[in-house]
Amino acid sequence: MSGDGRESEGGEEEVRGARRIPGPRGAADDLDLESMALPALPPPGGAAADEPVPEQSRSAAGDAPEAPEAPETPEPAAHGDPEPLTTSPVLPHRVLKALLGAWALSACSAEETAAVEDHLTECAPCADEALRLRDAVGLLHTDGSLDLDPKLRSRVMDGCLSRRPARIPVPEWAAPYDAETARLDALLRDIGNAEWHAPVRLRWFEAEREVSRRTTVAGVINHLTAVDGLLSAALGLDDPLGYGEAPLDPTERTESYWSSTVPPPTRAVREPWRAQSHELIRTASFAGRNVAEASVSYGTFALPLQDALLDRAFECWVHGGDIAEAVDYPYPSPSAAHLHKMIDLAARMLPAALAGRRGAGLAGPAKDLVTAGAPGRSLHLEIEGHGGGDWYIALDSPAAVGSPERAVAQVALDGVEFCRLVAGRISPVEAAGGQEGDREAIRDVLFATASLSRL
Amino acid sequence: MAKDTAPRWDRRMQQRLARGEAAALGELYDRFAALVHSQAHRMLDDEDAADLVTREVFAQVWEDPEAYDPRQGSMRSWVAHLTHRRSVQGLRRAAARAYEAEHGEGAVPDPEELERRVRSATAAARADYIASSMPVPLRQALELAYVQRRDYRQTAADLGVTEDEARRRLRLGLQLLSTANVRPLEGSSPPGYGRVR
Repeated sequence: MSGDGRESEGGEEEVRGARRIPGPRGAADDLDLESMALPALPPPGGAAADEPVPEQSRSAAGDAPEAPEAPETPEPAAHGDPEPLTTSPVLPHRVLKALLGAWALSACSAEETAAVEDHLTECAPCADEALRLRDAVGLLHTDGSLDLDPKLRSRVMDGCLSRRPARIPVPEWAAPYDAETARLDALLRDIGNAEWHAPVRLRWFEAEREVSRRTTVAGVINHLTAVDGLLSAALGLDDPLGYGEAPLDPTERTESYWSSTVPPPTRAVREPWRAQSHELIRTASFAGRNVAEASVSYGTFALPLQDALLDRAFECWVHGGDIAEAVDYPYPSPSAAHLHKMIDLAARMLPAALAGRRGAGLAGPAKDLVTAGAPGRSLHLEIEGHGGGDWYIALDSPAAVGSPERAVAQVALDGVEFCRLVAGRISPVEAAGGQEGDREAIRDVLFATASLSRL
Repeated sequence: MAKDTAPRWDRRMQQRLARGEAAALGELYDRFAALVHSQAHRMLDDEDAADLVTREVFAQVWEDPEAYDPRQGSMRSWVAHLTHRRSVQGLRRAAARAYEAEHGEGAVPDPEELERRVRSATAAARADYIASSMPVPLRQALELAYVQRRDYRQTAADLGVTEDEARRRLRLGLQLLSTANVRPLEGSSPPGYGRVR
């Protein structure tokens, strides 16, 4: 920091000032603990004791020694103001007393430290307090809070629900969104204020090219909030973009939401994002089956709510990964069951994406149109590992059914790799994997997969 | 003052849990899991044991949300209390097991020694709780001075406050923390981890 020298001069001036004009009243530091907003309730009852968590006393663990009921007043009332200027050759008692916290933390200058320590040999109240504060420093630690294992959440929930089944369960189709938003939220809780401004480059695949957009960690959360808002609106909840004319297209919504927040967004964006995701899960739980098929429009396409929620879970994971990368945290992939559903959603969206691209002249012509519901030429998508499985993508029409018998090509990809392609994080040409059979079909499917990506 | 009136969130959460809303259980976890787990970990110094306490505490709340009495304090403090109780039980069990393993079946650790351990683990966990619930300005000052090793002048500059104010915050923050040491041990011999008589 640049201002150190100046700062310390300032400090001395201040101290000299204090010395010249000994105040008639207690130092500013003479706060009385009881007047402070203390933590609402002293935590865990005392040792084996239960001291201050008195209330829930029926749960008392029992056998302990008595607890002091309130924090002691920090200061024996008696000792003296106005301060005798003679206590220390340099600094008066009240100045030294005010320094005790900084001293205990080794956060004062060498001269101040020496002055405090001299003083402690002759001032019992200060010596008492010094001891107490030094002990308190011993209770601090630097290891921060340990990151919770994200898998613990589902273990805890499952354990609870096996003991007392939910009367209003979270629908199975909302589970991936529940899990992914919780995972991202846990990451957000652990990052520092400054990290919310860390730059993030969002990448996707558009018009056959990789494109990107710069934002910050907080901007990514606003992006999620804006697009999740489509589902809120569809469920009759408040849309963060307000009522009425809010655009449906995810990119437009994001740009509109970004431009409506004037100062650079901070960690304050976490709360509204989280409140909205909790509310979505809750509403989906109450409405259950009745809303699973409700249509959510994204402007150029629509998804049934249960798929839309899965799509949002996917986006939440992908952007959680962006944020984690920006702030240098690990961010594992979703559970195998959830990843499988996400892959399945993309696989189900592919025939329509292929048809759209064919209409735009970006994919080869249909080679064999069959009647709706009949098996058509297919590509066998073999996803390996975590969340994997086999999918058969109908190549010529969304109305045809993918079928192993009519497979003309096969692509083998790792599950996470496939998802990175869906998210536009790797290009279709990079997504090598194992390929076999009709080259054009393979190329069309890989490009269609990448075209599912968006901001 | 209204300090005994639990905020609306707490009451609503209690109702939702009582109604059997799984979504409420998820929200409860999201709000308190870090608290429960870190408190248990601080007491037990063991990841698996802390996981177990976390499972037990949430199961207890979920099975009987009515046991929470909002007039007695916040749900957060209640959850912390349950965590502490479970952790103390865990600590006693672990100590007994370890002692038996070392001294043969049926051997019982010195109760005073055990109490000392419980007390010091409790103080550590309480200090964390106090630190996490103290007013943000105090916590920030302590973090700068302790974690980042800034002196109080730098702390003042970082926080954009006067040096007076920085000293005040450091002292007050430590005073709050010192209330975690419920019974300062006479003779400052370190808590008796690993000391066997």
